Amino acid sequence: MADIKLHDITKRYADGTEAVKHMNLEIEDGEFMILVGPSGCGKSTALRMIAGLEDISEGELLIGDRVVNNLAPRDRDIAMVFQNYALYPHMTVRANMGFALKLAKVPQAEIDAKVEDAARTLDLTEHLDRKPANLSGGQRQRVAMGRAIVRDPQVFLMDEPLSNLDAKLRVQMRTEVSRLQRNLSTTMVYVTHDQTEAMTLGDRVAVMRSGVLQQVDTPRVLYNDPVNIFVAGFIGSPAMNFFSGAISNGKVKLPFAEVAAPEGVSHSGDVIVGIRPEDFEDARFAPSDHPAGVQFTAPIEVLESMGSEIYVYFSFEGGEVSSDELAELARDSGIAETPSGGAGLAVARLNPESDISQGQRAKLWFDGAKLHLFDPADGSSLRRAEQEQEQAAQAAQATQEAVQAESEKAPSARADAEQDDETTPE
Amino acid sequence: MQSRSTGAYLGWTAALFVVLFYAFVPVLWLVSLSLKTPATVSDKNFVPQDVTLDNYTTLFEGGLDSPLLRPLINSVAIALIATVIAVTLASFTAYAIARLDFPGKAVILAGALAIAMFPPISVVGPLFDMWRTLGLYDTYVGLIIPYLTFALPLAIYTLVAFFREIPWELEQAAQVDGATPWQAFRKIILPLAAPGVFTAAILVFIFAWNDFVFAITLTSSDASRTVPAALAFFQGESQFTAPTGNIAAAAVLVTVPIIIFVLIFQRRIVAGLTAGAVKG
Repeated sequence: MADIKLHDITKRYADGTEAVKHMNLEIEDGEFMILVGPSGCGKSTALRMIAGLEDISEGELLIGDRVVNNLAPRDRDIAMVFQNYALYPHMTVRANMGFALKLAKVPQAEIDAKVEDAARTLDLTEHLDRKPANLSGGQRQRVAMGRAIVRDPQVFLMDEPLSNLDAKLRVQMRTEVSRLQRNLSTTMVYVTHDQTEAMTLGDRVAVMRSGVLQQVDTPRVLYNDPVNIFVAGFIGSPAMNFFSGAISNGKVKLPFAEVAAPEGVSHSGDVIVGIRPEDFEDARFAPSDHPAGVQFTAPIEVLESMGSEIYVYFSFEGGEVSSDELAELARDSGIAETPSGGAGLAVARLNPESDISQGQRAKLWFDGAKLHLFDPADGSSLRRAEQEQEQAAQAAQATQEAVQAESEKAPSARADAEQDDETTPE
Repeated sequence: MQSRSTGAYLGWTAALFVVLFYAFVPVLWLVSLSLKTPATVSDKNFVPQDVTLDNYTTLFEGGLDSPLLRPLINSVAIALIATVIAVTLASFTAYAIARLDFPGKAVILAGALAIAMFPPISVVGPLFDMWRTLGLYDTYVGLIIPYLTFALPLAIYTLVAFFREIPWELEQAAQVDGATPWQAFRKIILPLAAPGVFTAAILVFIFAWNDFVFAITLTSSDASRTVPAALAFFQGESQFTAPTGNIAAAAVLVTVPIIIFVLIFQRRIVAGLTAGAVKG
């Protein structure tokens, strides 16, 4: 077991394109770190650099206390699960799982014991003498995991291990992975493009976009306090709604309502406002004593009842947001294909008891304290920007390293603080 | 509908028989000739009237000095050695071409193809002179080298196609599992490329086995003469009798090793060896 440190890691291909740009990330011993982002964001490349399957163009990679930039994969003491499993088709499950130990010249009796142990954990015992071709997708996936765990490596690397499974099996294996990591408490780096996997599995989640690390934090902080519009839109399902609005005289003007600006925001002028679907409600079910609640009426275009909740898509005018980051999100996450992606539509999650129907103008409510405000120029979170300014001022005298440590630890504390803000009446 | 498919079935069956007939008549004819006595060789009967095995036994009379035994040994040895060397070298080359990005890759492939298309007859003249100077004339090596020249491109092309089919992740998985590049190649890639290796082996063996141009030009004695060349030197019992029966018998015998070789290795050419390796 070991920690992993990426110092200013860059991957540059021969043609000059940079897949990963100056990535700094510290993964603690025993931590479950998720790398998440849309396809082509460099997350797999980053993982493969940790594995040693890609050269590192610049920067320094440490596993434990060793610089491993120039070590071959086999000298890094890592195990990897590939997206397409990469099982050795000419070997039985037993031989597949024991292959690494056999190469390491572990005595056969010990190999057998370890393989059978792992097979028991993964419920593969009766399949040990079969070939991969005769296994189902889920079983192959478990063999791939078994091959990794028998080795008892310092680090597990997983490259979208569940993306080839059907939806039901994926949920099942997700809990399996989570249980496995807790039991083994081995450092794990897990790449996925699925924000649900990221949110449910990770101790911390690193969100990447176009080779640049956007934010690294606990799922909760990512959800409550995204650093920019990209993270805000990527984390959460259905995705956050964005409206263009303006702040003046301490009021945020939205296409359908006006609310008091959150405390501590001194910005004025145009802003992008993000509201999560779950912060809307049918006005009938809105908490009556919520001070920051705002009611408005909007035409309901589409209604989707999920049983446990209802999604309504309501239209609004004059507040559509166009931004590069949003466009990229829409493209990669398929949001563009859902009704909410269309211009002038927003999605709200309502109480299943709601009797709102499609086509009517309905009374809706939203929690004005849970607005997310973003700078329209660069998409960064306004609230965070101001917090960081304050902190920067405080930390001006600290050394560079101290600043760095601060910004890595601080977000969780900040998130708690912010949550207090949100529940305090304004 | 029913009648149409029956008609198609009959049509295909008929076509199949035409092809089989076309392919087998010369072979059966050879067999027939090889079983005839010298007196009945030209009696125009397809089925021999009185069957004899003399044509076969005389080929081996006198042990190593017999007309066929020594050439047969030479043929088997030379073809096998050429096959082993060609397939070994070709599997390294093909692996590099399929997996690595290195300058001059296209040139190597184009060069290999160009050599494979070169007519052998145009190089035997110079080779004859060179080999005599170098002392390679009438030796195994003297035949194996030109065979490799033509067999390697053949084997490389075959193997590149097979190596490309093997998912790269398998090798990376092996590397992560602690394999050296050589171990990954030998334990993962090569077993999976086995059908390709055997296909290449069969092609190279047949090429070396069937060669006549190099064999007749670059050999002068039983020391290295192969069967196709030896056949040309068969003599009749007197200068007035053509050794038709003996040649036919030798021709039949020459096809036997090829059939055995193909049958052995064909069993290893099974599709779907990589099934189950990767998903998607």
